[in-house]
Amino acid sequence: MRPRGIGWRSPLIYPLKNGTEIAPLMISTTGALITRRSLLIKATSMALSYDVLILNLFHFTLLVAMSLTLVLYFINVYYSGKPIKEKTSVAWHIALILLNPCLILIDHGHFQYNCISLGLTVAAVAAILSDRDVVGSVLFSLALNHKQMSAYFAPAFFSYLLGKCLRQQNPVIEVAKLGLAVLGTFAVVWSPYLYSAEASLEVLSRLAPFERGIYEDYVANFWCTTSILVKWKRLLNMQPLKLLSLTATISACLPSMIQLIWKPKKSSFLYGLLNSALAFYLFSFQVHEKSILLPLLPASFLAMEKPFVLLWLTQNALVSMFPLLTRDKLIIPYIALHGLFILLYHSPGGRQHKKETQSSFGTLRLFLLSCFLVLHVVYLTIAPPRKYPFLFEAVIMLLCFSQFVVIFLYTNTKQWTPSKPSALSTEAKKHL
Amino acid sequence: MNHRKLRHNSTTQNQNEQIPAASIPKTCGNQLYHFLWFSLIATCTKLLLIPAYHSTDFEVHRNWLALTHSLPLSQWYSDETSPWTLDYPPFFAYFEYFLSFFASMLDPTIVHLTDGLNSKSHLTILFQRLSVTLSDAVLFYGIYRITRKLDPKQKYLIWVLAVWAPGLIIVDHLHFQYNGFLLGMLLISLSALENGEDLLGGFAFAVLLCFKHLFAVAAPVYFVYLLRHYCRGGLVKGFGRLVVMGSVVVAVFAAAYGPFVYNGQIHQVLRRMFPFGRGLCHAYWAPNFWVFYIMFDKLLAFLLVKMGFHVKAPTASFTGGLVGDSSPFAVLPTITPLISLVLVLLSISPCLLKAWRDPKPSAVTRLVAYAYSCGFMFGWHVHEKASLHFVIPLAIIALKSVEDAKHYFFLSIVSCYSLFPLLYEAQEYPIKVLLLLLHAALMWFGLSSYFGAYVPKGDERSHSSAVVRNADFVIGWFGKSYLMGIVVVDICGQFLHPVVLGNKLPFLPLMMISIYSGFGMMYSWIWQLKWIIGSI
Repeated sequence: MRPRGIGWRSPLIYPLKNGTEIAPLMISTTGALITRRSLLIKATSMALSYDVLILNLFHFTLLVAMSLTLVLYFINVYYSGKPIKEKTSVAWHIALILLNPCLILIDHGHFQYNCISLGLTVAAVAAILSDRDVVGSVLFSLALNHKQMSAYFAPAFFSYLLGKCLRQQNPVIEVAKLGLAVLGTFAVVWSPYLYSAEASLEVLSRLAPFERGIYEDYVANFWCTTSILVKWKRLLNMQPLKLLSLTATISACLPSMIQLIWKPKKSSFLYGLLNSALAFYLFSFQVHEKSILLPLLPASFLAMEKPFVLLWLTQNALVSMFPLLTRDKLIIPYIALHGLFILLYHSPGGRQHKKETQSSFGTLRLFLLSCFLVLHVVYLTIAPPRKYPFLFEAVIMLLCFSQFVVIFLYTNTKQWTPSKPSALSTEAKKHL
Repeated sequence: MNHRKLRHNSTTQNQNEQIPAASIPKTCGNQLYHFLWFSLIATCTKLLLIPAYHSTDFEVHRNWLALTHSLPLSQWYSDETSPWTLDYPPFFAYFEYFLSFFASMLDPTIVHLTDGLNSKSHLTILFQRLSVTLSDAVLFYGIYRITRKLDPKQKYLIWVLAVWAPGLIIVDHLHFQYNGFLLGMLLISLSALENGEDLLGGFAFAVLLCFKHLFAVAAPVYFVYLLRHYCRGGLVKGFGRLVVMGSVVVAVFAAAYGPFVYNGQIHQVLRRMFPFGRGLCHAYWAPNFWVFYIMFDKLLAFLLVKMGFHVKAPTASFTGGLVGDSSPFAVLPTITPLISLVLVLLSISPCLLKAWRDPKPSAVTRLVAYAYSCGFMFGWHVHEKASLHFVIPLAIIALKSVEDAKHYFFLSIVSCYSLFPLLYEAQEYPIKVLLLLLHAALMWFGLSSYFGAYVPKGDERSHSSAVVRNADFVIGWFGKSYLMGIVVVDICGQFLHPVVLGNKLPFLPLMMISIYSGFGMMYSWIWQLKWIIGSI
């Protein structure tokens, strides 16, 4: 591969069978690069002077630095074993992970720092996929210590690593190694607060504010949706509610965890992440709408295998966050980023194989999409009736919850059924 | 969804041919779908820019909405309620009138003459920005039309260059103007000429002139080309065609200016359209020839003073008008609008000669782009925004050879950089820098892969756009150092200047940008001139 121009070697040059090299027209790359404008623009539209600008730039650089490097690490590991033909869609996959519209809207619009914990989680997943379990555990503990919401992924990590350890020759030593790594990381991060039990307990109590109640606002999870029929807050006290939600969450995670301990494979690990994150989102205590970011991350990892799951989950996530974004006055960025995501997903030449197994649900999907559209317009224009001031939020929540449950059941079944090798890789083998 | 089936078919085709490139569909519907993809991405990005900075041009256009909506036609060009008076030709006024209906439906205050003054309400901003974004549909149609006959790889790359042009986004969607649809009309006219539909081309150009008279710089080229190409075939037939073309143009102008002639206002209209009170340069000097003239004048004055001669300090400024005998130049002769016009015509003459001797449809775009660059280099009171007039048409022909591609790569970066001072607020700094960097990266990858290792397949059609693919797309060390120099100039102007000099010499960073881009623009103009002289 000869260098070109300024001396930069394009990574997307492939040697063909007849010895020549070609570089594909960078449509997927251009799609990825061009839509990253939106990242920048949103980050800076809030800055009004240089000092605020520098704060935003710092925030943004952190995101770029972390996301780019860690995601590229993940992509490198994920595609290391795949045949060459699938690599043309790598850029598309990178773009879908990085340009998650929910992440952009929450981190840069609502303003949070989810990128750090999500980035560390990505790195942890990449480390585990490349069999560096100790490094993975350390990275995940760091992610946990940055934002306790990363605990959504904890069951998957735990059960996969446990399952893997049990298959080693000396399971006890393996478990001990990992346990030591995790405890060590925690000790290092918590060291300023470990001088007294009181200080650590104070930190812990701030981390889990149970007094806020089992749900707040209108988040599309089980407790909030069923509260239309069953008024949980009135029926039970805090203690029984906490226990109930704990049991519900664990029982929802259980199938996925059992599968991972029983057959710890790398592909099912990614599914496991998605399942445990969704289970936590649906059944956990005090879930916020923004927590939908967590299931979206493993869904974007699986974008090559199950592209439709990512698309549908992202669209539902965006719609479920719509009331929150309207309050933040982010309607136009919402429309623009939603549009850009759909365009990116359908970018010409983005993916080689499109196994659209959901074509039979075409009409149902269209119907739901039109429902969403109507809901958007209604929410923005019509005032709700005085008796039910949160009617439209409730309808949005109901629709999104139903879709999340469907996705949850689907991905759980997918984790249990052994994955077939992709059709394209078998064709590639035929050519060789 | 049939577009998915089409893509699936083309991907299976490609798998059989063992090229893991993006599928190159052969069907027209598919290409339209891909073009829509490009234009929708551009539109979504423009939506994100709605709350960003906008200049006084925003209030100008809002005032014109109010003017045309609230006042009768006879008062459009004489109203003085706001300092932003109507100074575009009548078709643009009709366009604003058309928009004002929608504006009044959305919020009547927008179009109120006095209540809406300096209105920056959310609805006003939303309406104006959306009107620019939607009128870009004309630009998209123009780009689509002019690239219709090219092969798909060329098409995609040109779409990347033109649909996602950063200069246009900076001027139209941040600074706020309506250049998109005007350039679209220019491209429609050029595509008609390239197809041999001369009457349509002439008609579209006449319409364009009645929207913005600044486009009249290329009128001599159009005239000569149409005279030689359209009015052919003997004396009688040629004369007949001349009459036909002439009557079309006259009809268009009559539709535009007719009502004002009827009202006896044509003098007022012309006075508004051609304000001679303005100076040689805009407040921020456009990177054209006059920048060097001015700098040379100052340098000479400095040297002469050092050598002991007495040099009278100029009393007038470059941005003010010509008042009496006072001249803004210390040593060199004064430039008047007449001198500027003569220079423009002189520089266009090689192009006119070429159009006269060899009126080929495939060369029209290049000749018109050259005419606009001459107008930019030597014109009177030129805005830096005028560089868009030739950058966008040059994007269409950027892939005809490696030299063209290198020239375009260079020119678009320089012209985009010269537009930076339009956005002077801190919050737009990352936006404009990243727009430029993204565009440069896209161009780099796209052009390198197009001219580099791509091996043409056996059954490739080579159309009238004969492509030379032997040479590689490599920028020499001089070009590279100039482009890196842009980074240096910008860092000095943005960051070092406030630190080192504080508030002194506030015009210095702008002057640096102006002069530095001026070198690039001069190079581009000379390169185009050489090309045209070489092909006569």
